[in-house]
Amino acid sequence: MTRISVTVDGVLYEEEVEPRLLLVHFLRDRLGKTGTPIGCDTTNCGACTVHLDGRSVKSCSVLAVQADGSQVLTIEGLASNGSLHPMQQAFHEEHALQCGYCTPGMILAAIDLVKDDPDPTDEAIRDGLEGNLCRCTGYCNIVRAVRRGAQEMAVTHD
Amino acid sequence: MTEVGTARKRKEDGRLITGRTQWTDNLQLPGMLHVAFLRSPMAHARISRVDVSGALGRPGVIAAFSGQDFAAEQGSLPCAWPVTEDIVIPDHPPMAFEEVRYVGEAVACVIATDRYKAADALEAIEIDYEPLEPVLDMEEALTDASPKVHAAGNKSFTWKFAQGDIDAAFADAPVVIDRTYIQQRLIPTAMEPRAVVAQTDGDMFTLHSATQIPHVLRVMLAVVTGIPEHKLRVIAPDVGGGFGSKLQVTAEEVLALLIARRLGKPVKWTESRSEGNLTVHHGRDQIQHIQLAATQDGVIKGLKVDLLADMGAYLMLVTPGIPLLGAFMYNGIYKMDALDFTCTGVFTTKMPTDAYRGAGRPEATYAIERAMDELAVEIGIDPLEARRRNWIRHEEFPYTTIAGLTYDSGNYEAATDKALALFGYDKLRVEQADRRERNDAVQLGIGISTYTEMCGLAPSRVLGSLRYGAGGWEHAQVRLLPTGKAEVITGTSPHGQGHETAWSQIAADALGVPFEDVTVIHGDTMTAPKGMDTYGSRSLVVGGVAVRKASERLVDKARQLAAHMMECSPDDLDFANGAFTVKGTETAKTIQEVAFAGFASHNLPDGAEYDLDASATIDPENFSYPHGTHLCAVEVDTETGFVKIRSYVAVDDVGHVINPLIVEGQVHGGIAQGIAQALYEEAVYDAEGNLLTTTMADYLLPSAADLPDFVTDRTETPATSNPLGVKGVGEAGTIASTPAVVNAIVDALRPRGVRDVQMPCTPERVWRALQ
Ligand code: FES
Ligand code: FES
Repeated sequence: MTRISVTVDGVLYEEEVEPRLLLVHFLRDRLGKTGTPIGCDTTNCGACTVHLDGRSVKSCSVLAVQADGSQVLTIEGLASNGSLHPMQQAFHEEHALQCGYCTPGMILAAIDLVKDDPDPTDEAIRDGLEGNLCRCTGYCNIVRAVRRGAQEMAVTHD
Repeated sequence: MTEVGTARKRKEDGRLITGRTQWTDNLQLPGMLHVAFLRSPMAHARISRVDVSGALGRPGVIAAFSGQDFAAEQGSLPCAWPVTEDIVIPDHPPMAFEEVRYVGEAVACVIATDRYKAADALEAIEIDYEPLEPVLDMEEALTDASPKVHAAGNKSFTWKFAQGDIDAAFADAPVVIDRTYIQQRLIPTAMEPRAVVAQTDGDMFTLHSATQIPHVLRVMLAVVTGIPEHKLRVIAPDVGGGFGSKLQVTAEEVLALLIARRLGKPVKWTESRSEGNLTVHHGRDQIQHIQLAATQDGVIKGLKVDLLADMGAYLMLVTPGIPLLGAFMYNGIYKMDALDFTCTGVFTTKMPTDAYRGAGRPEATYAIERAMDELAVEIGIDPLEARRRNWIRHEEFPYTTIAGLTYDSGNYEAATDKALALFGYDKLRVEQADRRERNDAVQLGIGISTYTEMCGLAPSRVLGSLRYGAGGWEHAQVRLLPTGKAEVITGTSPHGQGHETAWSQIAADALGVPFEDVTVIHGDTMTAPKGMDTYGSRSLVVGGVAVRKASERLVDKARQLAAHMMECSPDDLDFANGAFTVKGTETAKTIQEVAFAGFASHNLPDGAEYDLDASATIDPENFSYPHGTHLCAVEVDTETGFVKIRSYVAVDDVGHVINPLIVEGQVHGGIAQGIAQALYEEAVYDAEGNLLTTTMADYLLPSAADLPDFVTDRTETPATSNPLGVKGVGEAGTIASTPAVVNAIVDALRPRGVRDVQMPCTPERVWRALQ
C-alpha cells in the first residue's frame, strides 16, 4: 500500500492505495466519483477522460499512485457555482449526447482540445477527438457542440 | 399543440453532462461482493474436471463455484422465439458444466470483496478440458462430415415463406440477377459495458442491470430461476446504449441472482470490454443468396432468397427470429409478383447472435439494394431509374406488398427528389464520368439506397402467428398530482433515445400543462410495472401513442370533475391550453385547479372517487414503415484501396416528428453504425474458434475522424396506423446506410471489373478486389 494525496475536484484526499490501482477505479470505487465511467480495458475509448494537472488523460491509463500530488478535475467538478461550463452547455444545446456514456470524457477532451486550438476547424475537432469513441451520435452534433463550446469559451475568457 | 414538433433540448442531459448519472456499475451497497467469471478458452470441449478450491484461500475471496454447483437450480437461458414447430432449441445452462461451445462461455466464478481480488483468484481455479472439434463455417456445418455442436446436429431450423408463383416469375425471365452476399458478424458495442447488481433480503430480490428490457427480463428471470415474479424487482437505471445487445436474458444476470441468494449478500458484476466482445451477443452473420427475375425493361417479377444464418452455439432470447424480421423486407419498396424465402439457422461454436440495430432488416435491405444496382447495370439504366420503375408510387398507398404487409403510407418520389437536390446527383455523375475518362487514380462512386423497413414492434397477433412468445403492446399511465404537475409512467426503457423529453412533449400537449411540469418514470418494474421495453424502433409508435391515449383519458376524467365544479354538462366544456371553458362563456377552470379540487375532494359528484390518473395499453394495428433515400459519394483510391466518404445525404420519412432534434440524432447515429458495417467492423474468429477481435484496438469502431458530416433532411408522410402519425426512427439510418456505401464503392470500381467487395470494405479488401 502506498499513501497518496490527490486533489480531486477541489477536495484533497489522502488515501492508502495498492500500487496497481488505476486512477479511474480510485475515483469511482474509492472516492465515489462515479461521474467518470469506464468503457474499455485497452485505453481506446476515452470514456474515462479527466484532467490531470490541467491536461486531459485517460484515467484508465494512469495509476492512482501516479496522480500523487496532482490536481484531478472530473466531469463532476466542471460546473462552477452552479453554472455549467460552456462546453457542457454546448453539448446540451447541440444534442451532442444520447446515452451520455461517452459524454464526460468527450467534454473534458474537447476542453483540452480548445485550450490548444481556440478556434478549431471541424477537421481539427474530428482529429482531436479521435481517441474518444461515441456509439450513439455519429459525431455530427459533437463536432457542432465543440465548435460552439469553443466560441463560448473564447467569449467567457475575454 | 405546441410541444409536439418542437426541438426541445433534452431533459435527460442535465445529469449526463454533469456526471450525476446512475450507471449500474456506480452502485455501492453495504457488504457488496464482486463476481468474476472464469471463461472457456476453448471453442468446443468437454469439461472433465473443475476444482475451485484453490481460489478459496485467496485474499478477500468469499466463495467460488463451478457450473456443477449451479446445475440443479440454474435452468436454461430462454429462447422466446421458436420459429418452427421442429426447431432445435438446445439446453443453454448459464454456467457450462458438461461441455463448452464457444470461447468465453462461463465455467466458474469467484466472489470476493473487491473486483481486483475476484479477478486475481480466477487463476487458482483448475479446470481440465477434453478438446472437441470446433464448428466455424456454416456451409461445412451442414455437411454430414461436420463435427456436431449439439447432439441433435448443427441445423436448428429451416423456415420458409412463399407468396405468388415463383416458378412463373422466373420461367423465361429475360434478366436474372443471382448474387451471394456476406453479412459479416458484428459486435454491437454499446459504450457502457454490461453490469449487474443482485441483492435479496431473503424474500424479495432486486436486480439492477444495464438492460433494455427490465420488464421482459423480470418475467424471464422468474421462469428461469424459479424466483416468483412478485418477489423479483428489476431496475434498469441509466443505461449507456444498447442497440439490441441489451435485449437479452444473460447468463450473468441469472447467476448474479443465484449467487446473491446463496450468499445472502449483494453482488456486483461488471464486464470488461474484452469479456463483452466475447460474450455480449453478436449481430448479423448471414450468407445471403438472392435471385431476382426481371423483364428486359427492368421490371421485377420475382425474388428468391436463400439464407444461412449463424445462430452461434445456442439460441438466445430472439436469436432465431432475427432473420425472420428481414424475411418480409427483401422486397423493399418494390412491387413484384412472387417472393420465395428460405432461411436455415445453423449452429456453430461461436458466441450466439441476436438482435443488433435493425435486426434482420439491414440484412434484407442490403441484399435488395445491392441487387437493384446489379439489375440497373444488367439492363443498362441508371440505378435510380431501376428503382423508379419498380417502387410503389405514392398514389398507390396503402399498398399490400408481396410479403403480405400493408404499407400504410409513404412517398418515395418526394424523398428521392429531395435527396437528389441536396446531393447534387447530376453534377457528381458528370465528375464521375470525367474521372473515369481520365483514368484518375481516385475514382468516384455514387451509392443509392431507397429503403423502407418494418418497425414499431408489433401487433401482438402477428407476433403470435410468427410463434414469438410474447405480445407487442405497450403501456402508459399518466397521473395528475395535487399541484397540477404530471407523472408519466411508461413501459418503454430508454437508454439514449430521450423518452423523458419526448413523452413529456406528448403529455404536455394532451394535458395542457407545461413541458417542465411533466416527469417521466421508467425502467423499474416496481414503479413502472407494465411494459414491453425498448427495441425494434417501437417506443414512440407504441409507447408514445400509449402516453397520448392515457393523457386523453385523464383529460376525460378531469372534464367530469370540472363540469361538476362549474355546474354544467361535460359536453358543454371546451378543453384547450390546459383549461376547461364553458362554451360561449368566460367561465373556466384550469386543469391545475381541477387537480387540486380532486385532491381536496370537498366537492365531488355523489359517489365519485378521487381519480385523476389514467392508463392505456396500445397494441398497434400495424407495423410502422419509415422510408427514405440515402445517397453516398465515395472516393476510392485505386492504388491503396482506401475509401473516403465524400458526402452523405439522407432524406428520411418518419412521419410526424415529435422532436426534430432527437430524430436527427437517431438518424446520425444510425447512419454511423451502418457505415461502420460497410467499412470498419467485423468480429473475426480464427481457425480454432478464438475470437481475435476482443478489444477496441482490434474491433474498429469508427471515430469522429473516420466519419463525414451527414446532410440530413426529411419528408413527412404521416403514418395512418396511429393517432400521432409517427413512424419509428431508431434503426432507419443503420438499415439504409450500409448498402448506400457499398453500392458507392462498387459503382466507383465497376469499370475496372469489380462487382462486389466483401464487407467491411477495408483498403486491403478493396485493393484485392481490384487485382
Ligand atoms: S476506459 Fe479509459 S480509454 Fe476506455
Ligand atoms: S452518447 Fe452514447 S456513446 Fe456517446
